Amino acid sequence: MPVTLRVNGQRHDLDLPPGMPLLWVLRDVLDLTGTKYGCGVASCGACTVHVGGQAVQSCQLPVGDVWDEVTTIEGLGTPDAPAPIQAAWIAHQVAQCGYCQSGQIMAAAALLAEVPDPSDAEIEAALALNLCRCGTYGAIRAAVRSAADQMREA
Amino acid sequence: MGRVRRIARRSFLIGSAAVVGGVAFGVWQVSRPVENPLRPERGATLNPFVIVDGDGVTVIAPRAEMGQGIHTTLAALVAEELDVEMSDLRVLHGPPAQAYYNSALLRGELRYHPEGLGGWRRVMADALGAGSRVLRLQVTGGSTSTLDGYVRMRTAGATAREALKEAAAQAHGLPRDRLATDRGHVILPDGTRIPYGDLAEAAAAVEVPEVALRPASEWRLLGRSQPRVDAVAKSTGTARYAIDVRLPGMRFATVRMCPHPRGGMARFDAARAEAMSGVDKVIDLGTGIAVVAHTTWQAMEAARAVEITWTPGPGPQTTADAFAEIEAAFDTRRNARPRDDGDVDAALEGADALSVEYRVPFLHHTTMEPMGAAALFDPAAGDGPHLTLWSGNQAPILHRDKAAEAVDLPPEAVTLHTPMMGGGFGRRAEFDFTVLAARVAQAAPGTPVQVTWSREEDMRHGFYRPGAIARMRGAVTDGRVEAFDAKVAAPSVMRQSSRRFSGFAPPGPDRAHLEGIADQPYGFASCRVEGYLCETALPVGFWRAVGNSFNGFFHECFVDELAHAAGADPLAFRLAHLDDAPSRAVLEAVAEMSDWTGATPDGIGRGVAITRSFGTPVAQVVEVADDGGGVRITRAWVACDVGRALDPAIIAQQMEGGLIQGLSAAAYEEITFDDGQVVQGNFPDYTPMRLPQGPRVAVRILESGGHMGGAGEPATPPAMPALANAVFDLTGRRLRELPLARHIRFAV
Ligand code: FES
Ligand code: FES
Repeated sequence: MPVTLRVNGQRHDLDLPPGMPLLWVLRDVLDLTGTKYGCGVASCGACTVHVGGQAVQSCQLPVGDVWDEVTTIEGLGTPDAPAPIQAAWIAHQVAQCGYCQSGQIMAAAALLAEVPDPSDAEIEAALALNLCRCGTYGAIRAAVRSAADQMREA
Repeated sequence: MGRVRRIARRSFLIGSAAVVGGVAFGVWQVSRPVENPLRPERGATLNPFVIVDGDGVTVIAPRAEMGQGIHTTLAALVAEELDVEMSDLRVLHGPPAQAYYNSALLRGELRYHPEGLGGWRRVMADALGAGSRVLRLQVTGGSTSTLDGYVRMRTAGATAREALKEAAAQAHGLPRDRLATDRGHVILPDGTRIPYGDLAEAAAAVEVPEVALRPASEWRLLGRSQPRVDAVAKSTGTARYAIDVRLPGMRFATVRMCPHPRGGMARFDAARAEAMSGVDKVIDLGTGIAVVAHTTWQAMEAARAVEITWTPGPGPQTTADAFAEIEAAFDTRRNARPRDDGDVDAALEGADALSVEYRVPFLHHTTMEPMGAAALFDPAAGDGPHLTLWSGNQAPILHRDKAAEAVDLPPEAVTLHTPMMGGGFGRRAEFDFTVLAARVAQAAPGTPVQVTWSREEDMRHGFYRPGAIARMRGAVTDGRVEAFDAKVAAPSVMRQSSRRFSGFAPPGPDRAHLEGIADQPYGFASCRVEGYLCETALPVGFWRAVGNSFNGFFHECFVDELAHAAGADPLAFRLAHLDDAPSRAVLEAVAEMSDWTGATPDGIGRGVAITRSFGTPVAQVVEVADDGGGVRITRAWVACDVGRALDPAIIAQQMEGGLIQGLSAAAYEEITFDDGQVVQGNFPDYTPMRLPQGPRVAVRILESGGHMGGAGEPATPPAMPALANAVFDLTGRRLRELPLARHIRFAV
C-alpha cells in the first residue's frame, strides 16, 4: 500500500503493508529508534509521538490512519539544541534507564503546548498512561513544572 | 602493542599499554594471564579502564548501565584523579573479558564492610565456588558496582595523570613534581598547557609512576552530584539500547516459545505464517519458533499465526498448586537455621504468643525494554564462523559463553556488545534471550537480525521473584520482644540460577533465602530464623533485592504486630530494639522528616519500616489517605546510610526508584498461574504503579563513613511493609498477603 508520511518535517513515500502500526514504520523502516516499543497495546506510553501536535500511542495507530504530520522525539529537539522540555528533563536528571523517557517527554510536550500552566491534576492526567519502571515520577513532575515555568517566561 | 609496564598496588596492579594513537591504563593481571579485551590477538593482560588518545579521554566502564547511574559514578572516580571535566569524558562499557571480574563479588576478596555481602554477590560466589578464581563474574548486580570501582577507577585515573606528567617532564627536561594538571592538560611551570592527547603516545612508553590517592578532603567531584553522562542522550531519543541496533540489511525477528515452563512443542504448522507479507522464514527452535521478517510487526503477526501444539511442563498448574509446593517445604528437612539465640521455645511457652502466616506472590521484572538482542552470525569470517551479539545484559561473560555453546562456537568466536539497558532489576543476568538471538542468527547466516520479544512473550517467560510463605511467632513482655521465631519457605533462587549458570547447585544452606530476616540489626531476647526450600519447575530468579524483597515484608510487618501487641508506638518500639547506630540514625531521621508523632488523623494512615540490606540501612515512612474513591499513597520519606555517598543525586534517584518499585509490588503486582502457564501477558493485567498513584517522596542520605553500601536495591524491601503498616494504621486491617489490592481498593 503506498503511503505518504511527513515525519519531523520530512516527506516519505513508502510502500507498506496496510494496518502496520506507525510505531514500527518509525522504528524499523525509517530507523527513528527514539520512539520505543513497550507493550504494543496502548497501555505503557513508550511509543508516544505527536500527530498534528496531539500525543498519540503510535503502536495502535495504523500507518494508513495517520491524519497529519508526525513529530517524534528526534524531531522535538537534538542533543545540541534540545527543546525546552528536553532541557528541563536534562536539568532535572529525570532519566534512569531512560527507556520510557521519549514517551514521557512527548506526552508532556503535548500537554504544555495545550495547557501552558497545568495543574498537578492536569499533569497527572496527561502522563497517567506512561509507565516508568524505574520510578522517576517525582522527577517527571518537577521537570514538567519547571519546563512550564520557563516556557511561559520565554 | 608497545611495552607493558606495571607496578604493584596492594592486591591489584595498575599498568599501561600502548594503543593506537594513545595509551590505556588499567588493571594488570600477573598471576594468571588473561586476554586483553582490546587486543585479544596479542595475549596481553592489561584490562583497561582509561584510554587517552587524540580523541580525548575515554573511560571503559567495567559495569553495565541499566539506569542506576553507575557510568556517571565510575567516570567521576576517574575524573577526580585525572583532572578532567566530566563533560570531556566519554564512557564505554567494556567488552567481556575475564579480567573485568567483579572483585567485590568474590567472597575471599572483601576488604570492605562485611554487611555489603548481599544477595547477588554471595549467591554468585557460593554458586560458582570459591575455588574457581577466574569466574564468570562480570556481573552488574548486588549493588556492588560502586564498591568495586571505588579504588580501581581512582587508581587508574591517578596513574594516568602521573604518566602523562612524566611524559611531559621527559619531553621538557623537567622534574615531574614541578608539573601540574588541570582540565585535561599538563601545566608546565611557565604556564604552558599541553593537552593530554598530545602526550598520550609518549605516556605509553614511560615507567608507570606509583601514586597515592587523593584524600576525600581534597575531592572536587566525588561526594557531589554530577550531571549524569547519559542525561542528554536519554532526553533526546538518541540513547541506543539493544532493541535499537540497526545494521545494513537487517531483518527483524521475534520468538514464540512454549508458555509452559519446561514444556515442549509437539508440532507446528507455519504454512499460513510463511505466506504472510514480509515474512522471510519460520525457524524451528525445538521448544518454540522464531519468525524472521522485514519488520518486527510482521514478525510478531506471523508468530501469532503459526499453529503450535505445546506439550505441558511438569510444574504446577495453578497458583494454588504453586503455593502448595511452597507450603509443603515446611514439612521437609529445614535448609538453614542461621539464627538461634536464646531459648525461643521457652519464651513462647505460656506467653501470650502471636502466631501468624504471611504470603507474597510471584513477581515479574517488567523492564520497560522487553527482552531481546541483535545478532549477526557470519559463517565465513576469516578463520571460521563468528557471532556478534548486541545484548543488554548484566553478565557479559556468562552470556557470551552460553551463546557460544548454543551455536557450537568457541567463546573466542563470539563478540558480545552490551548497550545500555532499558531496565535490568536482575532479569538481564539470565542469558535466555541472548542465546535465543544467537540461535536465530545462526539460522539466518550472514543476515543481521534484531530479535525483539513481544511484551507477552517477555511476561510469560520471566524468571520470577518467587512466591514465599512465612510462619511467624513472637511474644512481648513489658514492651520488649521476648521471642522472635520465623520460618520462611520458598523456591531457592540460588539453587535454580546456579544450575542454569554453572550446571550445578551447591548443597548446604541458602543464605540468600533468608536475607532481610536473619541478618537484621535488632536485639531480641530470643530469636530463631529457619529456611525451608522447595524445588519447582517454575523459573525463579533475581529480582531487585532478591530474598530481602520478601523477608523485609515479613520481618517489618511482624515487628509492627509485636509493637501493636506491646501497645507501643511502632517507630519508638523499633528504636528501642535496634542495636546498630546507623540503623537507629536513619530511623530517627525519617521520624524527623515526616514529623512522626505516632498519631494520625482520621482518614490518614502512616507506616514505618526499616531494612538493612547490601550494607545500607534504609528507613521509610509511608503515608496513605482514604480519598473516598480508595486508598491513595500520598507521601513517603526515605532515610538511608550508604556509608560514603559518592554521588548524592544518583543515590537519591535509586532510593526513590527502589521505593516506588517496592510500593508498586506491594500494592498491585502479582504473577499467577493457570493451565500450567503464566496468566498475565501485558500491562493491562500486570500494571506497575503509574504516575498519579505515586507518592511525593523526600530522601535524606546519611554518611556514617567507614564502608560503602549499595544504593540500587536497599530501598525496595522496606517499602512493602511500610505500606502494609500504613494500611493497618488507616483501616485497622492487618493484611498479611500481597498484593494489597487483593484486599483493599486503591485510588486510581
Ligand atoms: S508500546 Fe505503545 S503504549 Fe506501549
Ligand atoms: S527511566 Fe527506566 S523506565 Fe523510566
